Amino acid sequence: MKNRTALSAPYSVWMILFIVVPLLIVVYYALTGPDGSFTWDNMRGLSHYTDTILRSVYYGMLATAICLVVSYPLAYFFTKTKASTQGILVMLIMIPMWMNFILRTYSIMVLFEDTGIINNMLRGMGLDPVHMINTSGAVIFGMVYNYVPFMVLPLYTSLSKLDYKYVEAGRDLGANGFQIFKDVMLPMTKSGIISGITMVFVPSVSTFYISQKLGGGGYTLIGDVIELQFQTAYNYHLGASISLLLMVLILICLAIMNRFGGSEDGEMVI
Amino acid sequence: MMKKLSIPGKIYLILFFILLYTPLIVLFLFSFNASNSTSVFTGFSVRWYQELFRDEATIAAFKNTVALAVLSSVISTILGTAAAVGFHYSRSKFYKRSMMTVTNIPMMNPDIVTGISMMLLFVFAGTLFHMRGVLGFGTMLIAHISFQLPYIILNILPRLNSLDVYLTEAAEDLGCTPSQAFFKVTLPQIRSGIFAGAIMAFTLSLDDFVISYFVSGPTFQTLPIRIYSMTKKRVTPDMYALSTLIFLFMLILLILINVIQSDKHAERKEKRRNRRELKKAQEAVE
Repeated sequence: MKNRTALSAPYSVWMILFIVVPLLIVVYYALTGPDGSFTWDNMRGLSHYTDTILRSVYYGMLATAICLVVSYPLAYFFTKTKASTQGILVMLIMIPMWMNFILRTYSIMVLFEDTGIINNMLRGMGLDPVHMINTSGAVIFGMVYNYVPFMVLPLYTSLSKLDYKYVEAGRDLGANGFQIFKDVMLPMTKSGIISGITMVFVPSVSTFYISQKLGGGGYTLIGDVIELQFQTAYNYHLGASISLLLMVLILICLAIMNRFGGSEDGEMVI
Repeated sequence: MMKKLSIPGKIYLILFFILLYTPLIVLFLFSFNASNSTSVFTGFSVRWYQELFRDEATIAAFKNTVALAVLSSVISTILGTAAAVGFHYSRSKFYKRSMMTVTNIPMMNPDIVTGISMMLLFVFAGTLFHMRGVLGFGTMLIAHISFQLPYIILNILPRLNSLDVYLTEAAEDLGCTPSQAFFKVTLPQIRSGIFAGAIMAFTLSLDDFVISYFVSGPTFQTLPIRIYSMTKKRVTPDMYALSTLIFLFMLILLILINVIQSDKHAERKEKRRNRRELKKAQEAVE
């Protein structure tokens, strides 16, 4: 038995070296200046980015909420189809994810532009064009579009495991549709909801490409600031401190959610 | 059990999928555009596909991407499978739990943080050992293996947990060495998990942009990074042609995998039926 445990040793060494140590280095860079001495300057400098941080969290939450509201009925309808159809539907949800997300976002941009496909069609029909690109709505749409499969799939998994006997029992005991949804389905699919929210919120709040292409630089998010510091401004220390903040922010959000969501899945979510 | 999809439900599904597929169809359509516009369709042509095959930087990026995906997914599958088996038999709850927490880090952390943390590690190590330009193929390989590993583990561990331990014990009682028992009894039962993990790792690697963006250097470009640098200015439809080709490649790959798996499934069914008929025949003889 002992030597079987040893099989995991290379993996453990690898993960500590390339996952844990880098995070410690982020902390190190965040708390030192260019000369390598300890300083709080980088962390203090974060106050300049309060607007950006609040905007990121707000957009991320909004995109996550929209994904949840859109996906729950969708996943529910999935479970109402034949088993073979369900397989195809799941496949159809996954297919767009194989298209590179940069090009997916770029093609949304092409659709939304003032002289883009949608507005050309509107003009063709004699309607007034609608200004869509470079708005906050476009950024949030981009987040929802790119990450909605991450919400549908866990919800579908939860809902397809749900034993409909409980739903029927609820109905027999006189619950109406809303009560069944609130008191039976929602609690029983909690794990799917939580993993869906996590999988949408984390990439949404930290994105940088979507805001650049669909927001036109007018809606800077945390991800944009980090990218700028590492790829253009070469201020690794400031970049590291913002990344640290982003990490802490996400940990807090996940912790709050786990508190609300109960603890049966808490073991897996850090 | 009620099993009927209402009409509004159907409409909702259809509308959702139309919305989901519109950008993809736009990409696909405009890859055949005759002019270099990505918003006005002027006529059908395959010139962008021809231009794509003449673009040496893109071809090189494509080769890099595939090489990196194959190599990283093979290494992470081997490392990850060994680790999953190790964790499964581990007696130390503390070790197992803390390593599972570490496994969750790259999945919970935003990609951008994983990316910059590795970049800082490589830069830090570079200055420590006085090396210049450390970012390149090696750092990309390390990064890709690292973000794939958790997915391998999480695909295999559930299968190991649902294994019947008596089967392995029975094999050992019947004279198998532990390693024989592993290869003959355990491995065939977790094979689908390993396979699913490997496929996931491979596609994650092909598609990854954010982490690669931070740990790549000027000497080694992958397709997503090339596409990113192209979209900084207006792209011409040759990028669309490229993405259409990648997309078709993935589609064919996944259909093939499904066909292989359903073939196996059919085989198993066939065997089971044969066995049942044999049994019936035996009963009839008795």
